Amino acid sequence: MNEQHGQKCDFVGMDRRDFLGAVARTVPTWLMVTAIVPELLAAEAGSPDEKYRPEEHRYAMAINIHKCIGCGRCADACKTENNVPREPVFFRTWIERYRVPFEGEAVVDSPNGGIDGFPTEDHDSGTFKAFFVPKLCNHCSNAPCVQVCPVGATFTSQDGVVLVDKDYCVGCRYCIQACPYGARYLHPTEKVADKCTFCYHRITKGQPPACVEVCPTQARVFGEMGEQASPISRFMRFNDVTVLKSWLNTDPRVYYAGADEEVR
Amino acid sequence: MRKIPQQLIPLAVLFIVLLGVLVVARQLFVPKTFGDLGHYRATAVDEVAAQPAAYAGYRVCLDCHDDIYQRKQLSSHAGLACETCHGAAAAHATGESDQLPTVPRGRDHCQLCHGYNSARPTGFPQILSNMHNPGEACVKCHDSHSPRMAKGNGECSACHQMIANQKAVSSHMSLDCTDCHTVPIDHATQPRVVQALKPNSEETCGKCHARGSSAGAEVARIDMAEHGGRYLCWECHYPHLPEAKL
Repeated sequence: MNEQHGQKCDFVGMDRRDFLGAVARTVPTWLMVTAIVPELLAAEAGSPDEKYRPEEHRYAMAINIHKCIGCGRCADACKTENNVPREPVFFRTWIERYRVPFEGEAVVDSPNGGIDGFPTEDHDSGTFKAFFVPKLCNHCSNAPCVQVCPVGATFTSQDGVVLVDKDYCVGCRYCIQACPYGARYLHPTEKVADKCTFCYHRITKGQPPACVEVCPTQARVFGEMGEQASPISRFMRFNDVTVLKSWLNTDPRVYYAGADEEVR
Repeated sequence: MRKIPQQLIPLAVLFIVLLGVLVVARQLFVPKTFGDLGHYRATAVDEVAAQPAAYAGYRVCLDCHDDIYQRKQLSSHAGLACETCHGAAAAHATGESDQLPTVPRGRDHCQLCHGYNSARPTGFPQILSNMHNPGEACVKCHDSHSPRMAKGNGECSACHQMIANQKAVSSHMSLDCTDCHTVPIDHATQPRVVQALKPNSEETCGKCHARGSSAGAEVARIDMAEHGGRYLCWECHYPHLPEAKL
């Protein structure tokens, strides 16, 4: 058997001893070259981490309802950051106020998305409890909007963000109908579907989304799901979190802490 | 070999032509990077990521405004980003725009967070606007970069803290204690022996509240001769919190 193997090596012109010797001599050199040269090249080209690699990220947002004060700065900042039309019907993110009466259904209102604040009645008698719930695209892992898009204009990127290809969208509004969270709208001038991108242009450069940046009470937390020490992982460890409309199996990437059963 | 039926030949040609048209049409109409990463245009991701940012982020601000930032970090506003109040400032930070970030000074801005609303979390500091120095700008008493309690009334509040606190949120907050009270200099050292005096005539209140006074239009006016009869003003009204209903 061994003899046969040795003969097999002969057809390239060397026996096994020579072959192993050659391997022992060349491999370390080759390893050194392959390890060092790309680093040298990268060092010359600039920072090696400059290129963003979407497959290495998995983003998520968490919202702490107990901390939200309903100031509406997130909704306002979102409109500024993303040039969302100022009319009070177009929002990428908005705040809802839930007022739960002693008996009956919760009353939900969101005047101008909460940007101008919420009116207060002199007497909230009859209200059992009240709280604010910021809403946005849930960036579902099983996104209904992505499933229904007939042209492939909306999609889940490699880092888990649901995006819209504005140049490819035909404005058919199927996705707006399909979204169970009401997170999409048809842009009135561009005539294409528009929605929250987690501020994709910011997060790919290491900045937080605009709503997270301006939130005065840190009710919104954003970060990498895969990292043990990221703000979002920490938040998920220390809070009991839930997702909206979990029975739809959309598997959202926006998590809520302190969400009452009335929250839809 | 069996002969191909004659009628199939034009059909086959037609199919080949249609197939060719399909291939050409796909080449023409399907975007180049479509399908590289999934059922979408791979370059669309870069297009979305290329959008310019309007918010610079607080780290950029503290390159120049470090002093304000350090003061803010020691206060209860430590968690606030600069752009929460001052608005998007990326154009200001990069020098693209000469326009300075906004400096909100009105009552409405602070009330977005601090106006009373039953849906806000318990314990979050809130005010009832019509009971808290109506008409005055918040920044008159509070430093928004270090929003502690408003400035006290100097040495009087050392002993009369409760009155000072009441007055601080009333419409009389801009008055000094000595505007109404006559305070002998020894009152501070011997408060029981040398007492401060309350106003002993209606003239003190009349300086602002009389019909012909020069005070601002928001100050309530009454006819001093008709109103109150033989009683002094403070026997019915509580001057440290005039809004209070007795």
